[in-house]
Amino acid sequence: MARLSSSADLKKLRQEILSQRDPDRPCVTICSGTGCQCHRSEEVVDAFVHQIENLGLQGRVDLRCTGCHGFCERGPIVVIFPQQICYLGVDTKDVSEIVSQTLIENKLVKRLLYKDVETGQHVAYENEIPFYKNQKRIVFGSNQLIDPKRIDDYIALGGYFALDKALFEMGRDKVLQVVKDANLRGRGGGGFPAGIKWETTRNAPGEPKYVIVNADEGDPGAYMDRSLLEGNPHSVLEGLIIGAYAIGSHEGFIYVRQEYPLAVQNITIALEQAREYGLLGANILGSGFDFDVQIHRGAGAFVSGESSALMTAIEGRVAEPRPKYIRTAVSGIEGKPSTLNNVETWANVPLIINNGADWYRSIGTEGSKGTKIFSLVGKVNNTGLVEVPMGTTLREIIFDIGGGIPNGKKFKVVQTGGPSGGCIPESLLDMPVDFDKLTTVGSMMGSGGMVVMDEDTCMVDVARYFTDFLTQESCGKCVPCREGLRQMLNILKNICDGRGKEGDIELLEEISEVMKDASLCALGATAPNPVLSTIKYFRDEYEAHIQKKRCPAKVCRELITYYILPERCQACLICARNCPTGAITGGKHLIHVIDQEKCTKCGICFEVCPSRFNAVVKLSGEPVPPPVPKITKPILLVEDEVIFRESLRDWLTEGGYQVTTTGDGEEALKVIRGQEFDTIILDLKLPGKDGIEVLKEAKSQKPSLKAIIITAYPSPETATEAMKAGAIDYLIKPFNPEMLERVIAGVTEAKAEVTPETNER
Amino acid sequence: MESIRLEIDGKFVEAQEGMTILQAARGAGIDIPTLCHDERLAPYGACRLCTVEITKDNRTRLVASCVYLVEEGLVVETNSERVNKIRKMLLELLLPLAPTGPLESLARKYGLEGSRFTAEQTSCVLCGLCVRYCAEIKKANAIGFIGRGIDREVAFLPEVAPKVCASCRECFAICPGGKLASETDGVRFPISIWQSKQELR
Repeated sequence: MARLSSSADLKKLRQEILSQRDPDRPCVTICSGTGCQCHRSEEVVDAFVHQIENLGLQGRVDLRCTGCHGFCERGPIVVIFPQQICYLGVDTKDVSEIVSQTLIENKLVKRLLYKDVETGQHVAYENEIPFYKNQKRIVFGSNQLIDPKRIDDYIALGGYFALDKALFEMGRDKVLQVVKDANLRGRGGGGFPAGIKWETTRNAPGEPKYVIVNADEGDPGAYMDRSLLEGNPHSVLEGLIIGAYAIGSHEGFIYVRQEYPLAVQNITIALEQAREYGLLGANILGSGFDFDVQIHRGAGAFVSGESSALMTAIEGRVAEPRPKYIRTAVSGIEGKPSTLNNVETWANVPLIINNGADWYRSIGTEGSKGTKIFSLVGKVNNTGLVEVPMGTTLREIIFDIGGGIPNGKKFKVVQTGGPSGGCIPESLLDMPVDFDKLTTVGSMMGSGGMVVMDEDTCMVDVARYFTDFLTQESCGKCVPCREGLRQMLNILKNICDGRGKEGDIELLEEISEVMKDASLCALGATAPNPVLSTIKYFRDEYEAHIQKKRCPAKVCRELITYYILPERCQACLICARNCPTGAITGGKHLIHVIDQEKCTKCGICFEVCPSRFNAVVKLSGEPVPPPVPKITKPILLVEDEVIFRESLRDWLTEGGYQVTTTGDGEEALKVIRGQEFDTIILDLKLPGKDGIEVLKEAKSQKPSLKAIIITAYPSPETATEAMKAGAIDYLIKPFNPEMLERVIAGVTEAKAEVTPETNER
Repeated sequence: MESIRLEIDGKFVEAQEGMTILQAARGAGIDIPTLCHDERLAPYGACRLCTVEITKDNRTRLVASCVYLVEEGLVVETNSERVNKIRKMLLELLLPLAPTGPLESLARKYGLEGSRFTAEQTSCVLCGLCVRYCAEIKKANAIGFIGRGIDREVAFLPEVAPKVCASCRECFAICPGGKLASETDGVRFPISIWQSKQELR
C-alpha cells in the first residue's frame, strides 16, 4: 500500500481500484456478521470458494464476505450482484446448486428465495423483500457492499471522501457548522446534539482533547452498534477523524466490548489499513492534521456504557460513573475535554459531510433528524436490524418490516431503549418514533433496542426481569440506585410470587421518584422506567396479582396451576409419562389428573399435550376444580376358571377399567340386561351355555357391545364362528396383560384417536 | 480566588470559587446531612443525602451538594419538601442495612420510626469512607469494594491487609455503621470470610 499524501492521491487510488473492478461481473456476497456466522456462514464461504475453483470460475466470479445485512432471522444470507438476487438461509449443500443454476445458467434457485407469507409469491431481489423494501438504509446499507477487512472496498464506494472534503474544502469551522446545522443527535441514548458537544469540547480549556467511540453496547437484544462496527468499521472511523479534526483532537479511543470479538478484529484491521494509507496518524492526507486512535476493550460491565464510567475505565480504573455537573465534554478523560459519541452517531458524520445539512434535515422529524437503526427482536417474525427514518411509526417497524407476531399471537407491548427503557402498549403503535416522542410516553430511544412481546407476556414479570438485570448491572455506588433497585426487586418478586400487598404499587412509585431525582447517573435515574411504564399502562395487571393473586397472562409460576380439562383429555398418557415428578395420575381410558401437591409447575405437561387436544390449561386466580370421578367404560368379564378370572380382573382394574365378573353364561346375560357395558370379554368354554351362544344372545340384546373371545382351545372353526357372531377379536390363552390391553384399546374410540406420536413414545 | 455570592435557604452566603455547595453551606452554619462525606477526602457523591434543590436561570433541579460547585447567583434550598422527601426515602432504604448508630438518629430526625423495607443487616451502608481513607490518606489500598450492584460489598484485600492493617485501624473510627470493628479482632482480619465468599460466587 502506498501512503496517500494528498487529496489527489486519494482520488487516484479510488480510480485505480474502480478500474480493476467490473461492475457487470457476478459477485457473490455472503453475510459474515456474527449473526450469520452463528448459522455457519463461514462454511458457506468455504463451499463457494471450492465450488468456484472446481468449476474453474476464478477471475470470472467475485466472492465477498460482507458485514451484517440485517435480516438475521433468515441467515446465512447470500446476495448475488449485479442483479441483487437474495438467497436466505443458505446451507453448504445449497452452494453447488447456486453456482450451477444462478452463476452459470442464470436461473433462480426458487426454494432459497424469500416467500411472501400472504401471497405465497417468491421474491427474487433483495430490495423487493418487504423487510428491506420498507427501510431507508443510509447508514447500514453499505454493510452488504463491502468486505470490512478491505479498506479498498470502502474507498471504492467513495469512502474517506468526506474526510477529504472536510480537510481540504471545508475546514474545521465549516465542518462543525454543518454538523450543528444537520442537528445530528447522539444515537447512544440521550439524544444530545452532537455538534453542540463537539463545540463544547473544542472551546473548553485544556489539552489534549479526546474523542471517543462508545461501542460498549450492552442492552439485552441490541446489536446494531456491533454490526456497524463489524460490517463497516471505516465509516465509524472516518466519522471519528472528521470529528477530531473539527474539535481539534489528536487522540481518540474506541471503547469496544471484549465480548464482540469480530468487531474488535475488524476495527483493529481497519485502523491498521487506515494508518498504512496515511488516513490515520501524522499529517493525514498531507493536510498537516495529526490524529490517531487506540482501541480500549471493555471488561464486560453494562454501566461502562455510561459516558463518565467509560472514561473512568479508559483511565484504567473500575468503571463507575462520576458526577457530571461539569460535562465530560469539558472534563472527561483525566479531566481533559472529551467528546464521546456512539458508534452510529459517528457513522452518520461522513454522510452529513458528503450530502450536506439540508439533505440530512430532510429526513426525519422536527426534532430528530436522519435515520435510526433499531434492533428488532423478541416475538416478531423478522428478527433483525432495521434502519428507518426518524418518525416511522412503531406499527410500520413491527408489522410492515418485522412481519408481525409469530404463531398468530396478539401484539402486547414493545420495550424500547434497553433495560431502562419503557414498555409501549398497542394503543400507541401509531406513534412516530423519535427521541422526544419516546420520552413523552415513558420510554426512551436508548441505543435502539426494540423487544416485541406478545399476549403471553406478564407485564409485572417483565418489570421484574429488567429490574433484576439492573440490580446486577448497577455499579452499586449510589444509594438510590443500589438500594432502590434492591427493594423494587423485592417488591416485584413478592408480587409475582403472590405475596404482593396493598400499597405495593404506590411504594414502587415512591421509590421510583427518589431514584429519578437523586441517582448519580442516568442508569439509576432511568432504572425505574420499566416499573413505571408497566404500572402506567398495565396497572390492572399489578392489581390482579396483588388483590386477586391472579396473573392475567398466566406466566408467574406461583400464581398459576396446571389443570387437565376432563372433557378434552384423550387419556393418551403423554403428559403423565413426561411429568418429572409423577404428579399426573390416570391410565389408558382414564382421564388424567394432576396432583397439585406434587406438581412443581414446570409446564412440561402443557407443552407436550398434543395441540389437537389442548387438554392441559393454566389456571390463575381461580380454584382448581376437583377431579371428576373416574369415567371408564365398564367391562364384563365372563370366565369360569376362578384363578384366571381373578388375575384378569386385577390386571384390568389396575389399568383403570371398571370390571364386573361372572363365571356363568346365563348369569352374564342377566347382568347385561340390567347394566350398560362397553365391552365383554368372554371365555368360549363355559358351564351351561357356551361362549358362542352367550355372544349371539348378548349381541342381539345389545348390538353395540364389543366382544373379545378368549380361549385355551383354539380352532379355526370356533374363531370363524366367533367372528361371524360379532366378536371383535379372538385371544388365545395364555396371554399377557399388554396383549389384552392392546386388543381392548383397539376396540375403543379413545384409543382409535390416539396418534402416532403416542405410539412412538 | 474569586469570591462568589449565592443564596442558601434565603441567606446570602459568600464562598470561594471552587468550593462545593456543601462547604459553603456548612461555612455559613447551615447543616446538610451526609453519610459518605469527609472533608479530608475527595468528594464522592454516593449517599445522595446531601441532595439540595438549586435554581439557576429559572431552572430548578436537584443536585448533590458535596460535588456541585458554587456559582454566582445560585439559589439553594437545603431543606425543601422535595429534598426532605428524598432524604427520608434514602434513610428508609438504608436503615435495614445498619439499623443502629448514626443512621438511627438521622432517620428519627427525618421522622422515620422504622423502615418498610427489609434487607440483610450488614452494618455497612457502602459509603466508601474506609476505602477512600485507606487509599487517599493512608495510600495503603488495603480495603476495597468487591462485587457490583446489590452484591457490592467492602472487603479487606488479602494481599495487603495482613501487612498494614493491624498497625493502623484508623478506618474503624470513621465507619458510620460499625462494620469494620465488628469484623475483626483488631489483629487479624477476616480474610478467610472473604475468600470463602469468593469461592461461593
